[in-house]
Amino acid sequence: MISSTPLTAGPALFSVDGLVGIIFLVMIAVTVIGGYIACNSQRLVRAVAGLIVCFVGVAGLYYFLNSPFVAMMQVLIYVGAVAVTISFAIMLAAPADQEKMSQSSILAGPLGFCTAALLAGGFSVLAIKTQWPVMDKINDGSVKKIGIQLLTNYSMVFELISIVLLIAILGALVIARVRREN
Amino acid sequence: MSVLTLYNNLSTFLILGAILFGMGVYGIVTRKTFIGMLIAAELLLAGASVNFMAFNRFNAPDPVVGQIFALFIMAIAAAEAAIGLSIVIAVYYHYKSIDPEDTVQLKG
Repeated sequence: MISSTPLTAGPALFSVDGLVGIIFLVMIAVTVIGGYIACNSQRLVRAVAGLIVCFVGVAGLYYFLNSPFVAMMQVLIYVGAVAVTISFAIMLAAPADQEKMSQSSILAGPLGFCTAALLAGGFSVLAIKTQWPVMDKINDGSVKKIGIQLLTNYSMVFELISIVLLIAILGALVIARVRREN
Repeated sequence: MSVLTLYNNLSTFLILGAILFGMGVYGIVTRKTFIGMLIAAELLLAGASVNFMAFNRFNAPDPVVGQIFALFIMAIAAAEAAIGLSIVIAVYYHYKSIDPEDTVQLKG
């Protein structure tokens, strides 16, 4: 007598839970494809475009992790600011013939792939094999709680990160300034 | 466990973070321009952030701390990108190249 309940009881494909799962799979695909383009394309402009796609996918992952605020910040800071900065740097500093391959070792690609695959596979096996302890939640991690924590417990770090950003902006201006020949 | 309920699973996010980290390492090893290396470094930071946020969602008792840490990672990454790209522009003005093989005078 065959049991009527299937072994893997998941939600139906066109229920609400099923559609949420499909959207999550799409976000995974967007992240991985964007990352592949970012690390593997020949032209730097395409790499930046892949980076933007990858960060949009990561923002979707953050949304699935109950953190819409961090997802919004991911889009604002990475897609909005960092990608634009990198694009400007490419326009200012990338020579026209930069896609010519310099004479690096033929082994760089395969060895780099082996290193990356070993690292990623090792981390994945570690993540699956380990029993991570689960603790009870003491709050819900809402945006209001983030604001309260940022202005009470973490206010010192909040101020320090502002100073770090200010010094980074000033340092970037000083370094990139064209010096006068005297 | 169905494939449609993967988003309720810690291992999914940890494996995704590992994949992002691996792609960042691959990019840093194989890229031949400074800007390409910076892009790969951003991938590395994204993988680390995904790990933090996954543990924050599934395991941490206080789910605020991981989100604040991810925000600080973003701020540090923005500062790093600004400084790194200005260094790249300064190097380009000096050497007319962003190939790491050409800037051998930086060796000690």
